[in-house]
Amino acid sequence: MMQWETVIGLEVHVQLATKSKIFSGASTAFGAEPNSQACAVDLGLPGVLPVLNEQAVAMAVKFGLGINAEIPEVSVFDRKNYFYPDLPKGYQTSQMYHPIVGAGDVEISLDDGATKRIRVHHAHLEEDAGKSLHEDFHGMTGIDLNRAGTPLLEIVSEPDMRSAKEAAAYLKAIHAIVTYLGISDGNMAEGSMRCDVNVSVRPKGQEAFGTRAEVKNVNSFRFVERAIAFEVERQIELLEDGGTVVQETRLYDPEADETRSMRTKEEANDYRYFPCPDLLPVVLDRAYVDHLRSTLPELPAEKRARFEGELGLSAYDASVLASSRATAEYFEVVKDACGDAKHAANWVMGELSGALNRENLAIEQSPVAAEQLGGLVARVLDDTINGKAAKQVFQALWNGEGDSADAIIDAKGLKQVTDSGAIEAMIDQVIADSPVQVAQYRDAEPDKRGKMIGYFVGQVMKASRGTANPQQVNALLKEKLDQA
Amino acid sequence: MHDQTLTQLARALADGEVSSRELTQTLLGRIERLDGRLNSFISITQEQALAAADAADALRAKGQAGPLTGLPLALKDIFCTNGVKTSCGSKMLDNFIAPYDACVVEKLKAAGTVSLGKTNMDEFAMGSSNENSHYGPVKNPWDLDAVPGGSSGGSAAAVAAGLVPAAMGTDTGGSIRQPAAFCGITGLKPTYGRVSRYGIIAYASSLDQAGPMARTAEDCALLLGAIAGHDLRDSTSVARGVPDYRAELGESLSGLKIGLPREYFGDGLAPEVEQAVREAIKVYESLGASIHEVSLPHTHYAIPAYYVIAPAEASSNLSRFDGVRFGHRCDAPSDLIDLYKRSRDEGFGSEVKRRILIGTHTLSEGFFDAYYTQAQKVRRLIRQDFLDAFEEVDVLMGPASPTPAFDLGANKDPVSMYLQDIYTIAVNLAGIPGISVPAGFVGSRPVGLQILGPHFAESQLLNVAHQFQQATDWHQRRPALAEESA
Amino acid sequence: MALEPSDVMRAAHLARLAMNDVDAAGYVDDLGRILAMVDQLQEVDTHGVAPLAHPLDSTQRLRADEVTERDQRDHFQRVAPAVENGLYLVPRVVE
Repeated sequence: MMQWETVIGLEVHVQLATKSKIFSGASTAFGAEPNSQACAVDLGLPGVLPVLNEQAVAMAVKFGLGINAEIPEVSVFDRKNYFYPDLPKGYQTSQMYHPIVGAGDVEISLDDGATKRIRVHHAHLEEDAGKSLHEDFHGMTGIDLNRAGTPLLEIVSEPDMRSAKEAAAYLKAIHAIVTYLGISDGNMAEGSMRCDVNVSVRPKGQEAFGTRAEVKNVNSFRFVERAIAFEVERQIELLEDGGTVVQETRLYDPEADETRSMRTKEEANDYRYFPCPDLLPVVLDRAYVDHLRSTLPELPAEKRARFEGELGLSAYDASVLASSRATAEYFEVVKDACGDAKHAANWVMGELSGALNRENLAIEQSPVAAEQLGGLVARVLDDTINGKAAKQVFQALWNGEGDSADAIIDAKGLKQVTDSGAIEAMIDQVIADSPVQVAQYRDAEPDKRGKMIGYFVGQVMKASRGTANPQQVNALLKEKLDQA
Repeated sequence: MHDQTLTQLARALADGEVSSRELTQTLLGRIERLDGRLNSFISITQEQALAAADAADALRAKGQAGPLTGLPLALKDIFCTNGVKTSCGSKMLDNFIAPYDACVVEKLKAAGTVSLGKTNMDEFAMGSSNENSHYGPVKNPWDLDAVPGGSSGGSAAAVAAGLVPAAMGTDTGGSIRQPAAFCGITGLKPTYGRVSRYGIIAYASSLDQAGPMARTAEDCALLLGAIAGHDLRDSTSVARGVPDYRAELGESLSGLKIGLPREYFGDGLAPEVEQAVREAIKVYESLGASIHEVSLPHTHYAIPAYYVIAPAEASSNLSRFDGVRFGHRCDAPSDLIDLYKRSRDEGFGSEVKRRILIGTHTLSEGFFDAYYTQAQKVRRLIRQDFLDAFEEVDVLMGPASPTPAFDLGANKDPVSMYLQDIYTIAVNLAGIPGISVPAGFVGSRPVGLQILGPHFAESQLLNVAHQFQQATDWHQRRPALAEESA
Repeated sequence: MALEPSDVMRAAHLARLAMNDVDAAGYVDDLGRILAMVDQLQEVDTHGVAPLAHPLDSTQRLRADEVTERDQRDHFQRVAPAVENGLYLVPRVVE
């Protein structure tokens, strides 16, 4: 049986979060009335000209700095010529020969906590196209050009990924970087991040790449994995049946969970790239790039390293917490409020993350604010409440029953009883009420007694309505039961 | 009135000898009477013109008139004009009412000028004879059998015939200077980037430049001052102050070094044209200038380089005319490809299609380096020729065209038509300014002297032209047609 | 470089110009002569010469990221051949 290796490269299109378009002053806001945000320049009216948006440039450069890429001094816009109704000028303004971001790399983390570097070939700026709406307009297609001219950063990876999981991890890493940098909202459902995947397979050990298929329209983390899984299986089956893979563009259909050939009458495209005469070379001086570098926030890879190294978290915890800017920021607030990174991590990844998953909420939408959770963890750490009460407090915070852990603890009387006199009194009462169990305990061999003590602990906790300190109860019980 | 210069009319308006409304009505009447024979206008905007004239007169009554307030002129139909048909000489845009004003139009309106209409032109500015217009050829007012030159042929003919004192043109390979020469008027192509291209329907973006066409260099100076300047909407527009071009018209030419490019006086130059140009140069010598022979060694390759670069840019620039958002759309398209192909086939004339095809072919895979990249390299050598020459001399002079205006229909072959632009085309590749001034006649047909200067030397160029017009009267000659009273 | 009818047909298709064989034959002739003239470029020694895309050696100016345009859809769509509900209409695009 032949062993196959999968080779994957990704082209990720990221819509940059500028207010206005890359070459015009029209708004980029999502969801406006059709063509209400398509100005004369976006429509390609006769005589109009493009002027480059400063923020689009700055955001692209920040991304380049975020992936340790070289930033060439000069980049140039080219025209990619083809006709399509959502492409108003008959060409897309892009960067073919001199992209704004050169070669760099992205660290991805795998499920086992291991990391791998994926090389980025380059990233270039270009303008987005409009949208074709295929509802029925008397057998016609409707064109909405609101999206036309939205700035895109196209990030082209080297074919460095070897599994669908790695590809998904890479996409997540890019997502994390662009959202950390604040250069994109990363909203895949609204198309802010879109992905084309190049997939090929080759016999294990073979140097040369197999023929690749380009799979378009892979627009969620889940679909990336599924589309690749399908495509890999298709190619291997094809090859094992003695067939060959055709170099082509395929479309992923999430409903059918399959890729389909786009059968575009196989006219060879010839985009006739040439430098756009309406735009001049973009020259970035060192000082400008250095200035942007100084504004960069801590990025996922650095954060992960700090969480592991300085905070002493496990590799796995560090990588989960650093994977999104929102999670990392939430975690750091909890950590600062309670003063203990490990407990903070446990709460964020355990109780909080479980509750968010159950309700299908993102961390930004959490009903429990990071300060609140930090306050709760602090009360666990200083023994104000025990673990059981802590879960009650969390639930109460989640339900909005109080502003802070302290308020809820007070209101519900959950403060842990640590007064040994009070605990002793409860223990004495339980012992007095359970003569049979006390006799059994005392008759048992000492090594069996450990299990039997649980009954008494339970009774005491019940009597305290859960507020007694379990360690104290345990110790005092042992003392009293073993006495006689 | 109709044969006066802009400068004279400005004085008449200022002195209250005439109102803008009277002037506008007079000229509209002349257009009505005479343009049937010339075909120099595509659209006459009488209503807007009279309204603008009244507004100008009102402004003057309030004492708020500027130097151009109330002066009538015309616009080549390549300048987008809000609410007015802007056809670019093409069937493709026969139904196009521009929804905005070009920068040049905005500036001229703001200066208080009165546009009488949109002038005829070669379709999408592609041509040297104005025979490529969807609206029919323009006739040369000096000789109705002759072409007016192109592509700004309507603007040149209208000024020469006294229908307007001035008109705006654009020049991509000679389209202001050559028709100015053929029609015996003065036409200036400014430095690339001096005048905003915003709202000018693009032919070849790295070569296109708008400029004034008028009776005198002084009038051109007046108009250039109004239309030049940095425009944030045009990335190729240059952020550089605009001098008072008229203030610099008094400089003596004593000590001026004039270069005569050897290559501009070689084979193919009509002897009578050469003679007129040499006479003009003698005038300059008498004004104190010295004459030096220089060489522009890559002149021969300017037309080949141009016919790669301009069609390449044009093929891309004209892709937006696809029948979807504006312009001509074919009837009942069966599918998308049919919509594109028939709309474009029906909307474009044959010269436009020829250049789109050339540009598409030379940009194609396998041809790009040999044609486009090589042409761009040659372009650098051509620019260097000029930069080197301007190390030696202040200005260059030569003929604007190898022949006077040729007969309508005389140049059927595209290549021989292209070769007409031998003296003007390199200037656009280099981006330098050039002006054509009337310098004599061959029979009834005018000859133009072309003067070239370094980048942004418009002031000097205009002064050099102006001094010639102080010493000669070629620019004061008027065609017989212009003097007909009927 | 000699021009074949297939080159003209290919360019016409890329440029979305309707072209029948008769038209193509005429264009082969015209374009062939134009390209023959253009081929003189090959005589020029351009070794070590950088291509020149713009006549001036200027660099791109950047625009502040501000929304300066308002909705002018109705104004712009007055010149459109076919619109409905604010959308430009084209024959059905099959994906």
